[in-house]
Amino acid sequence: MTQKEPLMTFDDAAAMGLSRDEWDLILKRLDRTPNQCELGIFSAMWSEHCSYKSSKKWLKTLPVDGPQVIEGPGENAGAVDIGDGLAAIFKIESHNHPSFIEPYQGAATGVGGILRDVFTMGARPVALLNALRFGEASHEKTRHLLSGVVAGIGGYGNCIGIPTVGGEVNFDKSYNGNILVNAMAVGLANSDRIFRSAATGPGNPVIYVGAKTGRDGIHGATMASAEFSDETESKRPTVQVGDPFTGKLLMEACLELMASDSVLSIQDMGAAGLTSSSVEMASKGGLGMEIDLDLVPARENGMTAYELMLSESQERMLMVLKPDATDAARAIFDKWDLDFMPIGQVTETGRLVLLKDGGTACDIPLAPLVDDAPEYDRPQNPIPQRPRLTSGDVGSDRPVTHVLKSMLGHVDLASRRWVYEQYDSDVMADTIAGPGGDAAVVRVHGSQRGLAITTDCTPRYVEADPETGGAQAVAEAYRNICAIGARPLAITNNLNFGNPEKPDIMAQLAQSVVGMGKAAKHLDTPVISGNVSLYNETDGIAIRPCPVIGMVGVIDDVTMAVGSQFIAADQEIFILGQDDSQNDGWLGASLYAAHHGITAVHAPPPIDLVAEEQAGKLLIELIAAGIITAAHDISDGGLAVTIAEMTLHSSFGAHITPPAAGHLHGWAFGEEQARYVVTTGDGVALCEAAQNAGVAISKIGIVTAKTELQFGDNDTISIEALKNLSEGCLPALMAG
Amino acid sequence: MTLSSLVSLRVAITVFPGSNCDRDMMVAVERLTNRRPALVWHKEANLEPVDLVIVPGGFSFGDYLRCGALAARSPIMSAVMDHAARGGAVLGVCNGFQVLTETGMLPGVLIRNSGLRFSCRMVRLETAETMPSPFTAGLTAGQSLDIPVAHNEGNYFADEDTLYRLQDNGQIAFRYVAGSAEGPANPNGAARDIAGILSNNGRVMGMMPHPERAISPLHGSSDGATLLSKSLEALMS
Repeated sequence: MTQKEPLMTFDDAAAMGLSRDEWDLILKRLDRTPNQCELGIFSAMWSEHCSYKSSKKWLKTLPVDGPQVIEGPGENAGAVDIGDGLAAIFKIESHNHPSFIEPYQGAATGVGGILRDVFTMGARPVALLNALRFGEASHEKTRHLLSGVVAGIGGYGNCIGIPTVGGEVNFDKSYNGNILVNAMAVGLANSDRIFRSAATGPGNPVIYVGAKTGRDGIHGATMASAEFSDETESKRPTVQVGDPFTGKLLMEACLELMASDSVLSIQDMGAAGLTSSSVEMASKGGLGMEIDLDLVPARENGMTAYELMLSESQERMLMVLKPDATDAARAIFDKWDLDFMPIGQVTETGRLVLLKDGGTACDIPLAPLVDDAPEYDRPQNPIPQRPRLTSGDVGSDRPVTHVLKSMLGHVDLASRRWVYEQYDSDVMADTIAGPGGDAAVVRVHGSQRGLAITTDCTPRYVEADPETGGAQAVAEAYRNICAIGARPLAITNNLNFGNPEKPDIMAQLAQSVVGMGKAAKHLDTPVISGNVSLYNETDGIAIRPCPVIGMVGVIDDVTMAVGSQFIAADQEIFILGQDDSQNDGWLGASLYAAHHGITAVHAPPPIDLVAEEQAGKLLIELIAAGIITAAHDISDGGLAVTIAEMTLHSSFGAHITPPAAGHLHGWAFGEEQARYVVTTGDGVALCEAAQNAGVAISKIGIVTAKTELQFGDNDTISIEALKNLSEGCLPALMAG
Repeated sequence: MTLSSLVSLRVAITVFPGSNCDRDMMVAVERLTNRRPALVWHKEANLEPVDLVIVPGGFSFGDYLRCGALAARSPIMSAVMDHAARGGAVLGVCNGFQVLTETGMLPGVLIRNSGLRFSCRMVRLETAETMPSPFTAGLTAGQSLDIPVAHNEGNYFADEDTLYRLQDNGQIAFRYVAGSAEGPANPNGAARDIAGILSNNGRVMGMMPHPERAISPLHGSSDGATLLSKSLEALMS
């Protein structure tokens, strides 16, 4: 080959994040020394971000099949059958490191990237969610990061016109130096019109479309595969810059093109840009690809082969078209004023060949890039046994409403309105339930059917017991979907952990995936897509483990969906999933414990998957039968917080009767799983149905016309007071 | 609430690169009239004769330069201005309102929300006492409407003389008033709580709230359907 690219050494490889073993393997596979462009391609493809080398062994254990699954992990996004010939296509992805360095652009491009993953499959995106974790509220960077990330999410989603309908925002000091920004997108497509990425047909044209390539985001995938340090500020130039306007044009152009019969395969240029898209398309098709880099539309002059291949400039796609479709396709991209450039062709060689300046800048076999990507079985330390916290160790004498006031006014539980009002949650006019409830509900356009969508994780539990915490994230998502009356279908996961080369962290990762897999299998919600974000550490301190679950369910008639707010006085309030004998509760690893100075790590509430399934299925039936008028799953803060949340935006109050004996705070704030608070106008039918289904049920009170929340005879607080605390918290923090 | 008598009403909706409420408006109007409005691309220099042109919400041309500034200079807007000069009716919603002020068809300008943040929420509008206009003819002065807003630049601003003139001429169509939703009545700091204004002949209206997002009880309000259907009825007569 013509050698214009500089030849590399092991030092160069190490600077790109490769180990000695990995360098040696590259030399062996090539049987020569790689040049800069080639080594860059290896380093990107073998980065943790692209190769999943630390997590693959465990990801393989997750359930990925089911009659509802149309497309499992491996494509740009997963696809699940929702009936009527339609598929819901969705995925969640992290943009943690870029968002910490440059919050607005990091978060915005996270949204843009996940949207491209979804519309690349031929789906029109219909909903966005975000799972966000920030440092403690008092930390000097938190306000800057929160306002920047929220503005960035809104900046992209609002402009491109996809509603942001839900998600979560939490605060914990373990994220002080490493925030988490996970974005999920959901789209809809006809089941028989889903596009995939495997290249087909040697000789077919490879087309570059979208924005031009610049020097931004070079080696972003590798940056996402290393720990942070004080030098991170210097990595600002590796953060990509988003352009939602071009994203909108690209989305419309691609969907218009995909409605014709022109596209054979298509891949988003996301992490590792032109490298991962070309390598994945060619290798999935069992073929090769030849690209003339001089034809790549570039934003700047004089970009090297290495820079062109490793740039993570946004809003770009690579596609293989039918040979006779090029002119019609070009007309569509001309209409949308986007670049459309044939840059190469599919070959039979099994090699990636890149031409530049009249020479060959790269000629490497594809197989090692994908098949020989390292897979590690990294050592794990045993998970410590956690003691059980007994309620007796915690005081129970303060009135419940006093505790409620401090908890609902705390940043952990306060209203997220300051955040979600910055997101356009209504555009597309199909949002039936936006942010603030259990699951968001988005109507399938032109029908009565609806998608229910949620994201969930409780890092406290995962830290204390990764397997239980991994299962709990699935169970809580399941409950959120059931609570509006929808059938859970499938999940996408975003595994956020520290450095997997540390055996404690590796144990968190592996064991939480084990728990997640057990729950997903039992609850019949296979994992159809996902993302792994490791090395979430700064100066050696890891984040609390946060394996986020994004779940999608379907409800046949959105008019039957219930909300979490009380709707009528004199209706009875029940706990579904708990019987009358319960007079205490599980406070270990609870939010109550965290708010009461308990810093030791205790065992989290156990997960009973059989109970979760029984309670969830019963609730779906009861909602479909019109027996339930409001439902809210019990999670952070336990029963009392759940009930309070059900009053906050209703015009009603509640009179709750606590058990006569037992531990009042355990009962009110314990976090036992598989429970919901529900209201009904027909308590007899509800109790009979619960008894028949073998699900525990307990009446605990009644909805009142008085806008007060009352526990027993002598403990009362006005809803207005609680609401002011809840609504006032974030605005005060952000104004402060 | 389809009104079969409206099926002969001709409505066109302009589409710019970056428009993102064009489909929602099309769906809302079709639902009310049983007839699908025409979507007209920004590069079109001519407009078929229509009874109403709607300039929809979104981020035309990415809001680059200034919201609505580039769209206001597109070929289709010249045709829309000709239509308005002939007495034709025009409704601009959100970004559409911004475009109409940029063309000079409506006075004033929409600047950054006073809170410096995007604001998406339900607001309550009060219908003002106006000059004769198809957009308010079917509503009574003081009638309140719950319709959501979603914008970053909805803070209506004009000099004092203009504000007095709008007031005296009955060109203020809707004002923000306290409703049931959390937060201040006026979501963006607009002068005189202005949510929507009329041109000096009453035939052109710009408003920040999105009536197309409040056309069914499932949206939490059907008041947008009321506003649109009353306007369409008035344009029929």
